[in-house]
Amino acid sequence: MVLVYAESPRGLFKKAALEAVTFGKKLADQMGVPCAAVVLGSVQSDPGELGRYGASRVLHVGHEQLNTLDGQVTAAVLSEVARRVGATVVVLSHTSTGKTVAGRLAVRLQAGLVSGISGVVAIEGDGRLIVRKSVFSGKATAQYAIVSPVKVLSLMGNAVRAEASGSPVSAEPLDVPVPPARVRVREVRTVEGRVPLPEAEIVVSAGRGMKDPSNWHIIEELADALNATTACSRPVADSHWRPHHEHVGQTGIAIRPNLYIAVGISGAIQHLAGVNNSKVIVVINKDPEAPFFKAADYGVVGDLFEVVPRLTEAVRRFKASQ
Amino acid sequence: MKFLVCISQTPDTTARVAFTPDGKAYDSTGVTFIMNPYDEWYALVRACELREALGGTVVALNVGPASNETTIRKALAIGADEAVRIDAEPTSSAFTARQIAEYARSEQFDIIFLGKETIDYNGSEVGAMVAEHLDLPYIALASKLDLEGNTAVVERDIEGGVEVVEVPLPFVVSAAKGMAEQRIPNMRGIMMARTKPLRVLPPTPMEEPVQVVRFSLPPPKAGVKLVDPENMDELVRLLHEEAKVL
Ligand SMILES: Cc1cc2nc3c(=O)[nH]c(=O)nc-3n(C[C@H](O)[C@H](O)[C@H](O)COP(=O)(O)OP(=O)(O)OC[C@H]3O[C@@H](n4cnc5c(N)ncnc54)[C@H](O)[C@@H]3O)c2cc1C
Ligand SMILES: Nc1ncnc2c1ncn2[C@@H]1O[C@H](COP(=O)(O)O)[C@@H](O)[C@H]1O
Repeated sequence: MVLVYAESPRGLFKKAALEAVTFGKKLADQMGVPCAAVVLGSVQSDPGELGRYGASRVLHVGHEQLNTLDGQVTAAVLSEVARRVGATVVVLSHTSTGKTVAGRLAVRLQAGLVSGISGVVAIEGDGRLIVRKSVFSGKATAQYAIVSPVKVLSLMGNAVRAEASGSPVSAEPLDVPVPPARVRVREVRTVEGRVPLPEAEIVVSAGRGMKDPSNWHIIEELADALNATTACSRPVADSHWRPHHEHVGQTGIAIRPNLYIAVGISGAIQHLAGVNNSKVIVVINKDPEAPFFKAADYGVVGDLFEVVPRLTEAVRRFKASQ
Repeated sequence: MKFLVCISQTPDTTARVAFTPDGKAYDSTGVTFIMNPYDEWYALVRACELREALGGTVVALNVGPASNETTIRKALAIGADEAVRIDAEPTSSAFTARQIAEYARSEQFDIIFLGKETIDYNGSEVGAMVAEHLDLPYIALASKLDLEGNTAVVERDIEGGVEVVEVPLPFVVSAAKGMAEQRIPNMRGIMMARTKPLRVLPPTPMEEPVQVVRFSLPPPKAGVKLVDPENMDELVRLLHEEAKVL
């Protein structure tokens, strides 16, 4: 059995959960076993809907203590569920929740863990599972063999596309002992409006070439036209021109959107490290020698203050014509 | 207060990435190594700040070969009081976590700090494993950490925002950007580091649940297609029809 933990932060299934179920279903098919999803805490939509993404069973531990994250509690509950259903592979998402839980779960289940994988390479006859992940901040790919009988994987965001392949099932309530939490969530502060960076399919990112934070409206307008999320280079975040959570790169966050548009960013190796897994990269820079052009699919050599508004107009025209 | 800071060594951020001919290992020929930035800039510095404010000891711990001692001395120069090296090549996160836990188990640390991830193998795995081995709470991706008596108030990065949590001591935490400001070791620190204790301990053997099959480099990009800056409709057309991302 492949067991997928479909996370539901604040009661909502995010893209990551649907991707994980889709991935779990494909892996289960390759292994010739069923795929079950497990949901923890109260959710705002019917957990049985996960059946659409390929789960043949959806187990729901609705205990309200599970509404907020204490990794220790989550790992205890998930390992109990994994044991009960006889899971040989447990799939999580490589998110802030997954990073809190995956290592704990691996220790509890005496399982090998590979986190942030982008896919499965092979399932070998002797039970070894070969998985692929990006390493050296996107500069290389590694294949790892998990040799333990039970395996834990966490799936990188945007590595697979969530696909509806089945139909809803009726969720099975499950009663599992929930140990007391030691971590108490005081407050959650989220930035409303845009899709969080790790989930974004289109990202418009800008660097020091913007000259001044007051110029960012042209970036916001392009992002709005594209329904994209905004990001920035490190010096921009360091000088508080933009919030820290927008900083991408080796020391910021690593993303892999379908489209990354870099505006006035030189393309230093540490910046590229966070974005070079993007499917398509567009670079707008006035310096034709900017290193970023070497990593780009499409380039525009020009003054961003002219090019960006022009691009925004072109996108609006395109959207209106669709 | 007793603080443990787990430090790892990684290739310099500008180091070229190459592998041995069999593809099984990183080729470190001519590569400069540094302390993993999250461990150095945030975890270690925050531990030192808390020690300065509250008194106590900061121990820097590395699982690695003797060649890592330059990095370990740097941690002492930045402000750790003593260091421990577990004498083994860190072959997997499971192995590293086990070594850290075996050492920490007998030492009663109030807070165990790690970095949010190593920039070479990009695991984000070790911290949660250490916490589980020690049966301690774990807060991943912390960008702010303050103590209120025996409770810590920690802000951690979540998708699209931050979560503020309270956690009782002792606990394990991984540091992300924001937790502290990078410190450059001064001459006095560097001199003092030479005489601070650095203990070397033997590893605890264990079976590896995960093995490297091979590393590979991505195929080179086809080359950039330049678009006339006057004609952004053309760029949109290419993104729609050719790249199929719009
Ligand atoms: C250990 C370490 C870790 C690091 N981690 C990161 C990281 O995670 N993320 C990160 O981003 N950086 C990181 N850096 C910093 C990195 O090395 C670069 O310094 C940084 O990315 C540069 O930011 P930038 O491209 O915005 O600025 P610059 O390098 O100053 O580039 C500005 C660009 O804007 C262009 N420009 C200027 N005016 C215009 C105009 N009017 N129109 C069009 N183009 C224009 C210029 O030609 C130039 O290419 C790290 C550095 C170190 C040492
Ligand atoms: N060899 C090591 N020795 C000591 N600490 C380590 C070692 N490897 C990783 N760590 C710690 O674990 C954190 C997360 O590493 P990882 O899970 O490999 O991404 C690092 O930031 C370090 O704090």
